[in-house]
Amino acid sequence: MLHGSIIIFTSFAYLGLLFAIAYYADKRADAGRPVIASPYVYSLSLAVYATAWTFYGSVGRAAADGVGFLPIYIGPTLMIALWWVVMRKILRISKQNRITSLADFIASRYGKSAVLGGIVTVIAVIGILPYISLQLKAVSTSYSILVQYPDITMPTSATAAPLAADTAFWVALILAAFTIAFGTRHLDAAEHHQGMVAAIAFESLVKLLAFLAVGVFVTFGIYHGFGDLFSRAAAEPKLRAMMAPLGGVAGGYASWVWLTILSMMAIMFLPRQFQVTVVENLDEKHLNKAIWLFPVYMLAINVFVLPIAFGGLLHFPDGGVDADTFVLTLPMAEKQELLALLVFIGGLSAATGMVIVETIALSTMVCNDLVMPVLLRMRALRLNERPDLTALLLGIRRGAIVLILLLGYLYFKLAGEAYALVSIGLISFAAVAQFAPAVLGGIFWKGGTRRGAMAGVLAGFGVWLYTLLLPALARSGWLPIGLLEHGPFGIELLKPLELFGLAGLDQITHAMIWSMTANIGAYVGVSLTASPSAEEHRQASLFVDVFTQSGEAGGARFWRGTASAPDLYNLLTRFLGGVGADEAFRDYAAAKGRRWPDERLDADAELVHYVEVQLAGAIGAASARVMVASVVKEEALTIDEVREIVDEASQLVVYSHRLEQKSRELEAATGELRAANERLKELDRLKDDFVSTVSHELRTPLTSIRAFTQILFEAPDVELEQRKKFLGIITKETERLTRLINQVLDLSKIESGRAEWQASRLDLREVIADTVTGMSQVFEERNIRVELKLPERVAAISADVDRIIQVLLNLLSNAAKFCDPAEGRIEIALSQHGGSLRVDVRDNGAGIEPAYQSVIFDKFRQVGDTLTAKPHGSGLGLHISRQIVEHYGGRMWVESRPGGGACFSFTLPIDIAAASRAA
Amino acid sequence: MSESKAQRFVALCMLGMVLFNFPILALFNVRGTLFGVPVLYVYIFCAWAALIALMALVAESAR
Repeated sequence: MLHGSIIIFTSFAYLGLLFAIAYYADKRADAGRPVIASPYVYSLSLAVYATAWTFYGSVGRAAADGVGFLPIYIGPTLMIALWWVVMRKILRISKQNRITSLADFIASRYGKSAVLGGIVTVIAVIGILPYISLQLKAVSTSYSILVQYPDITMPTSATAAPLAADTAFWVALILAAFTIAFGTRHLDAAEHHQGMVAAIAFESLVKLLAFLAVGVFVTFGIYHGFGDLFSRAAAEPKLRAMMAPLGGVAGGYASWVWLTILSMMAIMFLPRQFQVTVVENLDEKHLNKAIWLFPVYMLAINVFVLPIAFGGLLHFPDGGVDADTFVLTLPMAEKQELLALLVFIGGLSAATGMVIVETIALSTMVCNDLVMPVLLRMRALRLNERPDLTALLLGIRRGAIVLILLLGYLYFKLAGEAYALVSIGLISFAAVAQFAPAVLGGIFWKGGTRRGAMAGVLAGFGVWLYTLLLPALARSGWLPIGLLEHGPFGIELLKPLELFGLAGLDQITHAMIWSMTANIGAYVGVSLTASPSAEEHRQASLFVDVFTQSGEAGGARFWRGTASAPDLYNLLTRFLGGVGADEAFRDYAAAKGRRWPDERLDADAELVHYVEVQLAGAIGAASARVMVASVVKEEALTIDEVREIVDEASQLVVYSHRLEQKSRELEAATGELRAANERLKELDRLKDDFVSTVSHELRTPLTSIRAFTQILFEAPDVELEQRKKFLGIITKETERLTRLINQVLDLSKIESGRAEWQASRLDLREVIADTVTGMSQVFEERNIRVELKLPERVAAISADVDRIIQVLLNLLSNAAKFCDPAEGRIEIALSQHGGSLRVDVRDNGAGIEPAYQSVIFDKFRQVGDTLTAKPHGSGLGLHISRQIVEHYGGRMWVESRPGGGACFSFTLPIDIAAASRAA
Repeated sequence: MSESKAQRFVALCMLGMVLFNFPILALFNVRGTLFGVPVLYVYIFCAWAALIALMALVAESAR
């Protein structure tokens, strides 16, 4: 049996557990060891997005149209993909300016405008009321149903019940007390509520587990898996339409798209999302994990929505059970008491999590951006002279929490009955979406002005009131329904649901189209016509350029005036208390390398700015501005001066960028010069080597020529036979000398690029055959067998025939010189591979040691010891050959192993003409 | 370096907008089942999971 007392006891025990968690987390935070400093806790706390709407309402929506609940979660996934660009910037701005709420953010961006902050606060409170009423409705409905167990009856209309017997009223009061205990126990300058965040993260786990438990139970307990469930549903003609619902029961694709866009904005601009994502963020790096963990959470909590919806529709076919309650009624119908209780706790988690964070966020806004600016301006209250205002601040916040929850309850009584859960929530989504242009425009566009933002937000909100809130009230009977059917005063064109005749869309799409048009239009239009004030200009530059400005001190550049440190200290004491003020001053002094209070602090622009930022954390940017101005003497900066400072700063940035670039260029140039110098040195060394080698090579034949001529000169009686032999040697050496000199000349021509290349089309097969024929004398003399492997036909190339012959002659004569002296064999092969021809000249000589293979193409390199063995040539032939081949874009190399002969190969691209032109 | 990460995220967002929009959605908005589950449901959840996986990849990549 689930008696009411058991349910209530369990609920309070659960709330007590939450409180214990929060208390523990707060204690740890005070001790400097925060439990929430983890990306996982951060991601879970973001899941406060999933409220009773998700927990109960998604199934209700899915039971109506299949997939219509999904854009609410897919939209945020898409938005989060942009968080790296957008949210990182908002986080950085908020940390630098101690932003404590969405209203504070917008007010601060547009010149610390108290009026704008107030407008945003009012819109946020009114806009969120339906959403809070949704939570109250969900909790009270689920309680009323569960308490009837084992019967399943839908609760009668709550509107009729007396106040004292109305569950929703008590839920509102209990939640208010609980939120006050959570969020306003003490005042934190940074508005961090670590205990609350820890409790919210825990609640996110509980609601996920509860929902998954029901999902698994329905899918695998009541039915036999997904396939079974869906095939049974498909058998029902009524349900079949929901299997492919787009363009049908789920509305057109336009609805789908607008729902996606709407929830993309909701994930950024719902006050509670701003609170957990931005204000409670401890470390920017946590974003890295949250970017994918939070979407994973949303995916997980949605997997079983469709199975539960279809399970409910199959189980209660007569429609007597509200689809919004399937999550609870299915376990009840199956007599699963414990599971039903777990579901109730899960729903309670979802609802309380939302209510706690939302009301804390809203109460901060109401206090800092609505009440305080008014109170501080009322001179009759003499607030400026009160020594300690912390109690007042806490009092205002507590009052705001109670008020907001009671207003939520009021909305529930007024309009809550007419709509399903999801429809109520979407009205709130559309309200907060009105902040999108002002915030997103504000962080990327310096031109957005205070008046533009005000006009945009007001215009959008006006359309929202007219097209969404008004119909909600009319449908509930609080306004004449004729307003919807015939328009105000019977003007059809102004019908709230078909404004200006735009018909055929669902209510949300219709409202979004008109409100966004009005909002963006007014924001951009007014911004472009109204010129900004000095304060606006400076804030715009601080926000948009947050990544290029230098930290918190960036704002100090804009301040001129005189102040006294004790005055500033007293100011802080009044809003943060003595301990808070001491701590703030100590931190500041420590950052400056001073010891406070032993050393005096200079009351310069930086200190004034620091105090203002600290104060902004407690009472909002606009009020902080007013308070600081009351204790210091300021010189007002004109718009031109602000512009100058901004320009100066951006000029400086530009200069420093340029300077960096110049120094980088200089470094690069130095590197190049160094490399060029190295190369020159190397060339110089090579030239010396070359000259000495050439001289050496020239001297060898010269020496022998001189020796033999001297012999002939000094001994005229040498025998004829001997004389002939000597003259032969002289001739040979002279020839060698000539050859050497020709080659040196040739080489210098090629290397300097002065060589003449006469191109003609030639068939490499013919060239090879001719060359071999020309050398046949040599081969015969040495008894060498020559084998030609020429293909049938190859592509013609265009090159200087003499040069190609030069290469071939060189390779062939080398092969002839080095092949086996007894049974010499030379093989010449020509082949075509892709775009090039390849020639292989293989001999069966002694081969070349691997160590020499890479150097034999160098100038004057010959294999073997040139001191002992007589060199066979000049040592230039291979080098020149390689130069020629490379000139035509080819390659020359050798493959050999000692004792196995050598194979010299070279390639020539077929399209030589093009290659040599490019060279 | 964080530039290229930002660009990847923007590209992923655009990919998501294409995946969950007309006309791609309409291709799967048909009667028919895959492993007993309606095709549209399978498509949405699989595409969603894939998108999240890509986001995780980009978010956790060093660059």
